Amino acid sequence: MATRGFVGKRRPPDGVKLPPGQYDVGRDFPVLTAEATPRLDPDLWTLTIDGLVEHEHTWTWADLHALPQSEYRGDIHCVTTWSKFDTSFGGVSLDLLLDAVQPQSEATHVFVTSTTGYTTNLPLEELRDGRAWIVWSHEGKPLSREHGGPVRLLVPRLYFWKSAKWVTRISLRDHDEQGFWERNGYHDLGDPWLEQRYQGD
Amino acid sequence: MTDTDIRRGTRKAPSGGWRRAVVREISRPPNAVILRLEVPDRVDHWPGQHYVIKLTAEDGYTAQRSYSVASSPDDPLLEFWIERLDDGEVSSFLADVVEVGDELEIRGPLGGWFVWTAGAPMLGVAGGSGVVPIVSMLRHGIHVGRTDLLSLAVSARTRAELPYADELAAGGARIVLTREDAPDGRVAARIAATDLAPLVGEDGTCFVCGSTGFTGAATELLAGLGVDVRRIRIESFGPSG
Repeated sequence: MATRGFVGKRRPPDGVKLPPGQYDVGRDFPVLTAEATPRLDPDLWTLTIDGLVEHEHTWTWADLHALPQSEYRGDIHCVTTWSKFDTSFGGVSLDLLLDAVQPQSEATHVFVTSTTGYTTNLPLEELRDGRAWIVWSHEGKPLSREHGGPVRLLVPRLYFWKSAKWVTRISLRDHDEQGFWERNGYHDLGDPWLEQRYQGD
Repeated sequence: MTDTDIRRGTRKAPSGGWRRAVVREISRPPNAVILRLEVPDRVDHWPGQHYVIKLTAEDGYTAQRSYSVASSPDDPLLEFWIERLDDGEVSSFLADVVEVGDELEIRGPLGGWFVWTAGAPMLGVAGGSGVVPIVSMLRHGIHVGRTDLLSLAVSARTRAELPYADELAAGGARIVLTREDAPDGRVAARIAATDLAPLVGEDGTCFVCGSTGFTGAATELLAGLGVDVRRIRIESFGPSG
């Protein structure tokens, strides 16, 4: 249904491809949060990967920084319809960490938990093959608190609520269990190119 | 039903799909537009929920944004207060072009976290256009006769810029103005602990809504007043047009 009188004045430039329903936010980086922003002491923070793995493991801040570093440069897409082009985050590839714990063959999904109690769910395959990172820098600077600093999950291929801020635990499971926004009506996968914003999309 | 049920997920907030709404009433306060829509086959919302409004050009190009509902569930029309941003593709269209009788594609209600159903005490702290979901909560509280459960503090630069200022004042909200003195004598200043201290209760949820800067400051103030941060629910937004 065309909307009477609507022309659209924020179309992406020729050659730029945005997922459906998204617009370019430019240099802004809006903050979305549902709960109080914590003050995390990196020295007390840990990341644990457990569940259906051969070797459950917990990393400290120093442990992760001792691993080979990896950068993502590309676009990110928020379900509230803004996209940010050509931005960068630095940290470690989740492939390294998953290789260390060795997922069991029955593992199909992950349930991600933050220090605040925020949770989200993803298929395990969305964290593999260079699709996901644990990051602590943005555009070369330490990740700010409101954007999940000191450390967050980054899964740029999916809507950004999957990239849990202040991540502390990733549990591998043989089934999908809904996280915070997913229980509140948002999609279990959240692929921006398929416009999977809400349950049922 | 209580808000605890909502937190535990034992009662889910309603959600609805796409509808073709008809614009029935329009009013234009400064830098904003209030749209009142008739929605066929409407799923009634809970106060605090939002809708998506989608605009489609003749060539199929679309733009969509989320807007909190201002009306209470018992209102036969669905009301939105939308801030008009000059470079806002959707908000400027809604404010400048839409006329009574137009059809708009909308989807909702959506969201199940920032919701209040008059089942428990609440504290609402909102700035600027962030007052909109709080207004829905106030209207619902009035409708069900439970305004005793509501404590409200709302902030804007001036009273003229505060959406629904008269209604919020009549509802007992603490009016916080940053650029002018308030009618009750409060001196122009950002929201402070002294504004919130009389409103903080022993239990219930604190709903904090506004810009990122506002929600961050309000959350720090509440935490400083001894509020367990797990009682705080935030809806924050950056500029989006």
